[in-house]
Amino acid sequence: MKRIVALTLNGRATEDAIAGNTLLIDYLRDTHGLTGAKKGCDGGECGACTVLVDGRPRLSCITLAASCEGTKVETIEGQAKAGRLSALQRAFHENLGTQCGFCTPGMILSATSLLRTNPDPDTDEIKTALGGNLCRCTGYVKIIQSVKAAAKAGENP
Amino acid sequence: MNIPTRTGAAGQPLPLIDGIEKVTGQAIYTADMDGRDALTGRILRSPVSHGRIVNIDTSKALALDGVMAIVTGDDCALTYGVIPIAMNEYPMARDIVRYRGEPLAAVAARDAATAERALELIEVQIEELPAYYTPSDSRAPDAVQLHENKPGNLEREVHHSFGDITAGFAEADLIREEVFDCAEINHAQLEPHAALADYDVERDRLTLHTVSQVPFYVHLTLARCLDMDSSQIRVVKPFVGGGFGARTETLNFEIIVALLARKVGAKVMMRLTREESFVTHRGRPQTKVSLKIGLTKTGQITAVDCEVVMAGGAYAGYGLVTILYAGALLHGIYTVPNVKYDGYRVYTNTPPCGAMRGHGTVDVRHAFECILDRMARDLGLDPFAVRRANLLEAPMFTANGLMINSYGLGECLDKVRAASGWDTRKGNMPAGRGLGMACSHYVSGAAKPVHWTGEPHAVVSMKLDFDGSVTVLTGASDIGQGSTTIVAIAAAEILSIDMARIRVVTNDSVITPKDNGSYSSRVTFMVGNAAIEAAKALREKLVNAAAKKLEVAPDDIECEGETFFVAGATQSVLTFQEVAIAALAEEGTITVKGTFSTPIKAQGGGHRGGAVGSTMGFSYAAQVVEVEVDADTGQIQVHKVWAALDCGFAINPLAVEGQIEGSVWMGLGQGLCEETHYEDGLPSHANFLDYRFPTIAESPDIDVQIVETIDPLGPFGAKEAGEGALSGFPPALVNAVADAAGLDANFLPMTPDRVLAALIKLRKAARKAKRNKEALI
Repeated sequence: MKRIVALTLNGRATEDAIAGNTLLIDYLRDTHGLTGAKKGCDGGECGACTVLVDGRPRLSCITLAASCEGTKVETIEGQAKAGRLSALQRAFHENLGTQCGFCTPGMILSATSLLRTNPDPDTDEIKTALGGNLCRCTGYVKIIQSVKAAAKAGENP
Repeated sequence: MNIPTRTGAAGQPLPLIDGIEKVTGQAIYTADMDGRDALTGRILRSPVSHGRIVNIDTSKALALDGVMAIVTGDDCALTYGVIPIAMNEYPMARDIVRYRGEPLAAVAARDAATAERALELIEVQIEELPAYYTPSDSRAPDAVQLHENKPGNLEREVHHSFGDITAGFAEADLIREEVFDCAEINHAQLEPHAALADYDVERDRLTLHTVSQVPFYVHLTLARCLDMDSSQIRVVKPFVGGGFGARTETLNFEIIVALLARKVGAKVMMRLTREESFVTHRGRPQTKVSLKIGLTKTGQITAVDCEVVMAGGAYAGYGLVTILYAGALLHGIYTVPNVKYDGYRVYTNTPPCGAMRGHGTVDVRHAFECILDRMARDLGLDPFAVRRANLLEAPMFTANGLMINSYGLGECLDKVRAASGWDTRKGNMPAGRGLGMACSHYVSGAAKPVHWTGEPHAVVSMKLDFDGSVTVLTGASDIGQGSTTIVAIAAAEILSIDMARIRVVTNDSVITPKDNGSYSSRVTFMVGNAAIEAAKALREKLVNAAAKKLEVAPDDIECEGETFFVAGATQSVLTFQEVAIAALAEEGTITVKGTFSTPIKAQGGGHRGGAVGSTMGFSYAAQVVEVEVDADTGQIQVHKVWAALDCGFAINPLAVEGQIEGSVWMGLGQGLCEETHYEDGLPSHANFLDYRFPTIAESPDIDVQIVETIDPLGPFGAKEAGEGALSGFPPALVNAVADAAGLDANFLPMTPDRVLAALIKLRKAARKAKRNKEALI
């Protein structure tokens, strides 16, 4: 049994008929081709599928798409504006906050949520905000540096 | 020698040239490929650790609506394996299953739910056999043999002896012997395994997109197992979400998905779960290291006697290379004239182990550096002094024939000693805090690959065309380490052109030259050198064209930035575009290639297995770790790490830092918390909650310093940077815990439960000693 779910996806109104048990990650990847949200684990462990729902980080692999009715959903694909990287995207790129890149979309979205509420976080605040996003390449050193560099750049995330 | 004058790109910290795709979500990994027209592939796995397959009945599953094809062991009677002399694995078990989770059958269905349901409908009858999970059980006299030709369940034993250890130990003032137990670990690369196979029935052609670090192995294995002409196969590697060695071998799912695609005559997407990715394994084996070292009272090593036993899992995989590496890299870091090594790789009924970052060397280096530290303490020497007493002098060859041309360990020691404040802080730490240090090294590519064909180790092609763009074609697999960027930098540097003019095309067997793959830290060294050679060939053509146009001899032409001019003259400057057009006028689109081959003298000693460990250059690393040990809980907090690594020359210092941080951190995971667990062979660790690697919260700041020794054979003098620092972390951690809490731990990982149990034992022993002393008084 499908139902119509209407939400705002990366700033654009969408309306799709989806099954009640469709996960948000599958809705994004399969219905909209937004493959930036990654499946790194079998459910809620790694943070690679993190997207923003009404500005807050959510694990799209354990969120029902239907539960996002009427919300604003943001994915990594919506972060660059008119082709220009967001401050966090630029900082992760320039500071090598990304190596293999698989955790990067989730990492950047968690950090985006952090900088919107706390534009100048210290190391501990960054660690708390990104504690649910696993990375296997960087040792997190350059991820912390990237978030700080973006905060310093001072643009609205 | 490949050290041309540097002009621009090389040596500058540069972001990855494919970084924009990664931060925008545009990077397409295998699982991201469009699978709308593909069937879903799923694998049925063995529910027992060891048994004889009596029957697999797929009839009910095949009858299910939406099931398009099922394959079993009957569909492939050809073995595979990364080592040509040790191919003893079938993509799906035939007759015998040897570990829980081994593939038995696979389904291609219209969707995941149907495939899942079909797996449930496959009826499997297996007669269980005794299963062994430890080397001692496997090696017991009455144990059932796991493989017909391997008595005692010994996959490979190695016995190497160099110098005279009896004489060496006789010269020693102090001898210490200890046994270390290091748990099995897994790469846990963040991207789960995935492959997309497309079979073109009309042309009998197969295309596979996969997560491989070594696509040409996959290519050759598919040709073998599907009995196809290799020219009819195409293997493409999209973006890969980490490897760390997990993907250096061809993996069973890559063959299974191809078998399914051929059987059904269509496209099949296989996305493994995290649990399946863990079960596919190929991680670092559980390793027992028994090590005896002799030292003079000034700290010089007189003899080393080492025995290593590895629980290798159910199949050969890379096993014999792993057990050879463990012995070979006892050499190459310190002066060790007298060394005996006995290695035993044992079959167990667990998922097969394989290559993992620091392949074969990490647990042995751990034992070595821990014992060295304890002996320094016994002799009243500073840990740095003991290492310094044994430094090598390059150039030289080790006792086992390894070539060393550059050696920056001394500088690494100086840098971390100064940066950590060792001299003032060591011994003056607050209660519960401590400092520890250790050294490590790793190869810059195997000088002799396991697939020895005689062809060059690396080939890079370059194309210059009418638009003035330079396209570099390479089969080097970027798995996040930045190899694509290195190739671009090398080209830009030699051609003296802007990086923006260069595009790099990678990893498509119909387009890019074969590359030996991303393993043993070979890419920067070998592919970097090949890229330099290709760029030199292109540059020569450009210089000749410029010379002709300016009517001077080629030797009179100089390049700076994107201009060509006559040396000493201020006029007649040609732009790159002008020279490119002039060069194309001679021959049309220009294609050149560069190659790299390793010199014979780099290929190791003449003894059996002597090629393993041989390399063109070793990286060297030293690190200091600061810890705090909670005596009540056994919890260890790592406050800070200072690491220095000799990478020869940092072609991209930003990437070198990233590699050092990442490898130190992976050593932190192995040191503190990572381990696999099997309950009757069933992996109970196969998720990211139970397989614990450090989150950002537990991860310390890592101070990185780069040492440059300019290796005479390296590209611009570079050596590897991505593995060498890993194996220094666990021993530096254990040595720091000894400093903080007086505990000499001989186990990894240093989990709180183990540390607390060891601390309690230590306290009890201390109390008993005190009572005995008082009783005597």
